[in-house]
Amino acid sequence: MAEFKQVAANAPVGEKLLNWVDNRFPASKLYKEHMSEYYAPKNFNFWYVFGSLALLVLVIQIVTGIFLVMNYKPDANLAFASVEYIMRDVPWGWLIRYMHSTGASAFFIVVYMHMFRGMIYGSYRKPRELVWIFGCAIFLCLMAEAFMGYLLPWGQMSYWGAQVIVNLFAAVPFVGPDLALLIRGDFVVSDATLNRFFSFHVIAVPLVLLGLVAAHIIALHEVGSNNPDGVEIKAKKDARGIPLDGIPFHPYYTVHDIFAVSVFLLVFSAVIFFAPEFGGYFLEYNNFIPADPLKTPAHIAPVWYFTPYYSMLRATTTEMVHVLVGILGLGTVLTLVKGRIPGAAKVGVAIAAIVAAALLLTFEAKFWGVVVMGGAVVIMFFLPWLDRAEQKSIRYRPGWHKVMYGLFVLVFAVLGYLGVQPPSPVGERVSQVGTLFYFGFFLLMPWWSQIGTFKRAPDRVTFSAH
Amino acid sequence: MKKLILILLASLSLSLGASAPAAASEGGIAWDKFPVSKLNDMASLQNGAKLFVNYCVNCHSASFMRYNRLRDLGLSEAQIKANLLFTTEKVGDTMKAAIDPRQAKEWFGGNPPDLTVIARSRADIGKGTGADYLYTYLRSYYRDDTKATGWNNMAFPSVAMPHVLWELQGQRAAKYVEEPDPHHEGHTTHRFAGYEQLTPGKMTQVEFDDAVADLVAYMQWMGEPAQAQRFRLGVWVMIFLTVFIVIAWRLNAAFWKDVK
Repeated sequence: MAEFKQVAANAPVGEKLLNWVDNRFPASKLYKEHMSEYYAPKNFNFWYVFGSLALLVLVIQIVTGIFLVMNYKPDANLAFASVEYIMRDVPWGWLIRYMHSTGASAFFIVVYMHMFRGMIYGSYRKPRELVWIFGCAIFLCLMAEAFMGYLLPWGQMSYWGAQVIVNLFAAVPFVGPDLALLIRGDFVVSDATLNRFFSFHVIAVPLVLLGLVAAHIIALHEVGSNNPDGVEIKAKKDARGIPLDGIPFHPYYTVHDIFAVSVFLLVFSAVIFFAPEFGGYFLEYNNFIPADPLKTPAHIAPVWYFTPYYSMLRATTTEMVHVLVGILGLGTVLTLVKGRIPGAAKVGVAIAAIVAAALLLTFEAKFWGVVVMGGAVVIMFFLPWLDRAEQKSIRYRPGWHKVMYGLFVLVFAVLGYLGVQPPSPVGERVSQVGTLFYFGFFLLMPWWSQIGTFKRAPDRVTFSAH
Repeated sequence: MKKLILILLASLSLSLGASAPAAASEGGIAWDKFPVSKLNDMASLQNGAKLFVNYCVNCHSASFMRYNRLRDLGLSEAQIKANLLFTTEKVGDTMKAAIDPRQAKEWFGGNPPDLTVIARSRADIGKGTGADYLYTYLRSYYRDDTKATGWNNMAFPSVAMPHVLWELQGQRAAKYVEEPDPHHEGHTTHRFAGYEQLTPGKMTQVEFDDAVADLVAYMQWMGEPAQAQRFRLGVWVMIFLTVFIVIAWRLNAAFWKDVK
């Protein structure tokens, strides 16, 4: 046990109280470690505000969610009506509901920006692998949270969107239909499904999410923040052991983030007050029609933040699976011819490739579509080990790497756009190319990230006084 | 870094540019523009409410809309009770249809949909707002003897609902002209060439369009009664946040000015 500290008998009451608490709970210690003596690099730029903003949106979602649950009824016969009740009869209910629905989209916007920041500055690399992995797990939870929350208004798009996605699980070989049944709790999406999704959306997933967010921040504060130069500030410290390029998080980054929050809230409020449907992208028009299990909408599209992945699912046709088999074969031949591995390992590679090809051709393309969609998210977890570039930050990487990251964003945006559109032959081809690029970007990264001439990163961060 | 931002901007503009023309060609006729100024006109909204309870609530419910919410349109409870309550006794009740659902199913092959949020649900990306659709739809009826009700609709072909407002508009027929088919040589195709008035209605065409606009304005309002309040409050929130941004910006600058 830590030593019991004493304060002078004539100390102010506040100091005495804090001392009393500090002797029983590490209040001052936590405050110092995470705020006033957490030294962050002083050269953070625009991209570094999205972590705090994500935390803000999380709080908005939890608080508005609490108030929504007070009036929402998770019952197939009452759900749609209870949402309209919130919109009309609950005082300020419309504001709470729009904050929550806009917050869902805002969450994905800030999280996508936050992830992109991590990618371009190499924030996932040693020693921050766990920060990144916790982050990817948060992203996965967020997707589950958004998907299950979207069923709750019980509109046509809620219903049929859930129907389509749950049916995907039915494509899993052998156990698929039983798995889908287990998820739905019924043979179609029904009251039972609504109830369990409600439970997951308001209790289970938020609990996991909060735990992961805590782990994400604890891991980050253990290793310290990366910065746009990718320079480790802990390498250069002053006599007191404080990084020369570090600056206390509070007050410097708290005032910085307050500014970012004010700008974010302006945009967020503009959407809430003037365009809460956001042209049918944040609140889909079809979702103002109550769920009807007997009427399938002509065009079912997930909400915009899922559409890049949805495009990849739709791109995985039987034809695409054949292309994948071809690529697998090519990769295997390359490994066997060029790979500097022992003969026994080569035999293993060849056998594994044959088994994989056989599996690809045995199961239906729909299943592989699900694998591709899931793989697109799971592959992010491995990024710390895929990137072999000499420099962390994009600033000191070869020019063509910048083109690669630009293309990556373009491909992601195009896939997202195509996912909103009804299927078309041209769209299918484009999304197939996009899907191959997306996976190639990650899977070939161990090779391409090493190619090109790198600039030397400076010893200290680049910073010009504001 | 600058290069990267440039690439990103270029990719964004490309993907946005690609999205523009896609939505244009989805079957059905193009929608007319609903005159949105009606939404700020109390007299129009009140007239729309009158038309709604007189013509629509016979068959359609608006089961999330309480009669006393009409106070937001400048009507008193006494006025609502005296003039607008046909299907219920209490002014706090929601708008329930007079029709028996079983009979509705027999007569029209289905239950007429609830209209509370119909204006919100009928919007279509690239085609127009729900109000545009309703404004077009309610003005696109014509006589068609091949249909069970004797009516058909340009915006919603083979619609189950007959022309409820026909007394006001009068009866019309659709005119077609024969034209050579550009895709099939030697054949003709017929193209819609406007309506022909068969019997006069109680209103002129201009009056009828205006009445439908009132009705649609009401339905748009009913879809989200808090909308006007939302706009009003939103302006103040924007003003507050703009001031707050300036303060936060200067606060940030004050703290950072000594960081070298």
